[in-house]
Amino acid sequence: MSKAAKALFLERRSYRQRRLMDALRLLPLLGAVLWAVPLLWGQPEPAAGAADGTGSGGMPTSHAMLYIFGVWAVLAILALCLSLRLDRSVDKMDAPGGA
Amino acid sequence: MASLNVLIVVCLLYVALLFAVAFMAERAALMGQGGWLRSPVVYTLSLSIYCTAWTFYGAVGYAARSGLEYLTIYIGPTLVMVGWWWGLRKLVRIGRTQRITSVADLISSRYGKSNTLAVFVTALAVIGTTPYIALQLQSVTLSFASFASADPNSSVPADSRSTALWVAVGLALFTILFGTRNLDANERHHGVVMAIALEAVVKLFALLAVGVFVVWGVGGGIGETLARIDTSEIGEWQMNGGRWAGLTMLSAAAFLTLPRMFQVLVVENEDEQHLRTASWAFPTYLMLMSLFVVPIAVVGLEVLPAGSNPDQFVLTVPLSQGQDKLAMLSFLGGFSSATSMVIVAAIALSTMVSNHVVMPIWLRLAGGGAAMAGDVRHVVLVARRVSIAVILVLGYLYYRVSGGGTALAAIGLVSFAGVAQFLPALMGGIFWRGATRVGALAGLSMGFVIWCYSLLLPSFGEGILMSEALMTQGPWGIAWLRPQALFGISGMDPLVHAVLWSLLLNTSAFILGSLASFPHPLERLQGAQFVNVFDHSGNPQSWSGGIAQSEDLMIMAQRMMGAAQAQALFQAEAARQGLGGYLPEPTPEFLQRLERELSGSVGAATAHAMVSQIMGAATVSVEDLLAVADETAQMMEYSSQLEAKSAELTRTAGQLREANEKLTQLSVQKDAFLSQISHELRTPMTSIRAFSEILRDAPDLSAQELSKYASIIHDEALRLTRLLDDLLDLSVLESGQVSLNMRDGVLSGVIDHAVAAAGVEGAGLIIRRDRLRENVPLHTDLDRLAQVFINLIANAQKYCDAPVPVLSIEVSRRGDDLVVDFVDNGTGIPSQAQALVFEKFSRVSDGQAGGAGLGLAICREIMMRLGGAITYLPGQGGAAFRLSLPARVALAAQ
Repeated sequence: MSKAAKALFLERRSYRQRRLMDALRLLPLLGAVLWAVPLLWGQPEPAAGAADGTGSGGMPTSHAMLYIFGVWAVLAILALCLSLRLDRSVDKMDAPGGA
Repeated sequence: MASLNVLIVVCLLYVALLFAVAFMAERAALMGQGGWLRSPVVYTLSLSIYCTAWTFYGAVGYAARSGLEYLTIYIGPTLVMVGWWWGLRKLVRIGRTQRITSVADLISSRYGKSNTLAVFVTALAVIGTTPYIALQLQSVTLSFASFASADPNSSVPADSRSTALWVAVGLALFTILFGTRNLDANERHHGVVMAIALEAVVKLFALLAVGVFVVWGVGGGIGETLARIDTSEIGEWQMNGGRWAGLTMLSAAAFLTLPRMFQVLVVENEDEQHLRTASWAFPTYLMLMSLFVVPIAVVGLEVLPAGSNPDQFVLTVPLSQGQDKLAMLSFLGGFSSATSMVIVAAIALSTMVSNHVVMPIWLRLAGGGAAMAGDVRHVVLVARRVSIAVILVLGYLYYRVSGGGTALAAIGLVSFAGVAQFLPALMGGIFWRGATRVGALAGLSMGFVIWCYSLLLPSFGEGILMSEALMTQGPWGIAWLRPQALFGISGMDPLVHAVLWSLLLNTSAFILGSLASFPHPLERLQGAQFVNVFDHSGNPQSWSGGIAQSEDLMIMAQRMMGAAQAQALFQAEAARQGLGGYLPEPTPEFLQRLERELSGSVGAATAHAMVSQIMGAATVSVEDLLAVADETAQMMEYSSQLEAKSAELTRTAGQLREANEKLTQLSVQKDAFLSQISHELRTPMTSIRAFSEILRDAPDLSAQELSKYASIIHDEALRLTRLLDDLLDLSVLESGQVSLNMRDGVLSGVIDHAVAAAGVEGAGLIIRRDRLRENVPLHTDLDRLAQVFINLIANAQKYCDAPVPVLSIEVSRRGDDLVVDFVDNGTGIPSQAQALVFEKFSRVSDGQAGGAGLGLAICREIMMRLGGAITYLPGQGGAAFRLSLPARVALAAQ
């Protein structure tokens, strides 16, 4: 494509828009990483059993819920902010983000 | 009192409300007041059909069994939605520019409008969706049963089968009424979308209400509820890491590929900008839907007797607490979830079935002139209605056969895994230009087979469709082919196992097939169009040739789109082309547009086939492209011919102009000559008369005077004679009556004679010659040639205005011609006079005394008679004349 025709540097506003697009692209990765954290949580000892409750080193469900829903809320709020900041006309700009 | 009758009445009222909303939305859209119908909020709410009865009832059951694992089903779509900039935006843009009607249409369009692929995808979608529809019927039936069992006065036996049947019939009716009301070119259903948006609100509100009641009404506040959760059976994070990651991925894939999700995400999308709102609003919706699931499950496990169906906790918990109205609301929420899913799924599937299965078959059966025969529009509508009915009947039958025993979530996940097989072909198609039809077919078949073998068939339970021996020992005892331990890797979760292997092998087959095969031209065009959709949004199809009859096209379009719409389209196009009336020229652009419009009604492959039948070209083959290229080349040649002709005309016009100027000048010259010749004749005549009168009348003249006057008379008479001789000579030459006296001689001799005759010796003109070169034998009329030389030498003598006049006579050979140049060192002849010097009576300047201007004209005539030419040679520093004699004149003498 006509790479030569594109300006090497953008004016401040376009630059900001490009970075917002980058942020939009990174957002699902952020979500995926944060929601992958539960994979690291320890499993309860089989011997300890569920009745033992907190003693076996497992993560209490309430904490897990707070974490997962917290991530959810953060993602939704970030998505809201980005969608408000991103210009409506930005779709017309070429999608591949240069510098 | 939780009377079943009240419930039925409320339910019917709710259904009536849905009908009314759908009807009003259709009316408003028809009257052009549909702006508010298409707000981003409605779009977001319509996406909520992702949350079916499986979510509404099943999530709680899922949580009661497996803790927080149910969240994976919502986390996947959240990630897809938040990452809309990556994939959804492109998908929606492609869907809008290519008028995609379904996921099957998208895949078939991308891979060269292949109907095989479309049929395959449709079949897979129907197989994957039918259990899901059964699931919805089951959930509605179960919820009725829950109410019935809680109602001691219930006189109606909770016959689950008849309930399911009535629900199926009602849903079919609603879907047919609002889903196949018209064949919209955009395949959008305002009424249906509005109704499901309302249902989305109802189900969210219902679940939140139950949740709030459970947390604050039963659980005793947030803190206490959280404490209860931690002490319950599911109080600890117990998660199979593979399932957590695998299910998240699976739900993300299914979110994109489920036919009903594709319908609301892409097909019903009105404006790409709606995705912005949905990108944060839909995750919020999902979060709210799943927020109270665990509390409800935990409280349900506590307050209800052991062995209660956890799938019904949303309903039975309020019922057990005596909250009949809340339970009623909850029932409506579940009902909404089930119905909205079934409606949209039925619409999506019926579109696929009618466009990719029924229409191609019908077209083939109707023969070559199918596009012209019969009311296609009617056929499409009937096909859709029948498809909807058939799909619901299938769902009902599945429900009957399966007996509704399996846990809801299990069926849902099997279905998800089935449609997720579209993912490689779909994503590969929009991001990779190298993806081919062969690859897509290979991938889909591979994924489908493995899905069936390792997930779908075993899901019916051991010993039903697959024997126990097969499950534990593999087919024919081959251990590494065991359905749930492929390649000998056992111990995996069966679902994760099936998803992993099916998607892995699907993707591998897709990539290998694509790498190894070569796509058709149409596939390559479509591929470029899809992958680079942001660069250009046009249709790659190029219809060549204008054979199509506009009228035929119009007849067909009317049948497909409806008379008014088709006429409006044709009229607009005709106006755009600057024509009156309804019939535009069938230009390639118009045909492309028409095909796009039609594809909204019957799908890209069918629309292409129908236009092809009229156009007489099935697809763009290499031959077609070559023909187009040929045509272009021909046109270019033609245009260059035109250009050449135009240049020739310009040249001719220039020549004519020149000739005209010459004629005008000649006429002026002739006038000038007439006065000149009369002057030339009169001057000697006057002196002859005057002197002869003196001789006659004056008696006393001396002998000297007598002699002087007589010689004047003699001189003047000679001059007159000369003039008359010249005139006579010229007229003889011009009339062609001259007889040539051909003799042999040598050029230098002729020149010697001419120089002598011109009387140059001692007259001041220096003549430069190269005698060696002049030694050329000639065979011609030597006297005439000498006459020309004499004339030229005399002219130089007369007109050369240099202080030391020099005349060079240069002899040379140009090709076969003998060339003799006479060049003097004077000022030469002005350029405007050069064209006329050889004309009769032409005189370069009036001021200088001289002849009558006949010399050069005579020279020209002589040279012409001798077969040669005399031209003026400009740019030699003085007057220069070039004589050329043809080769035969020189050679003949040798």
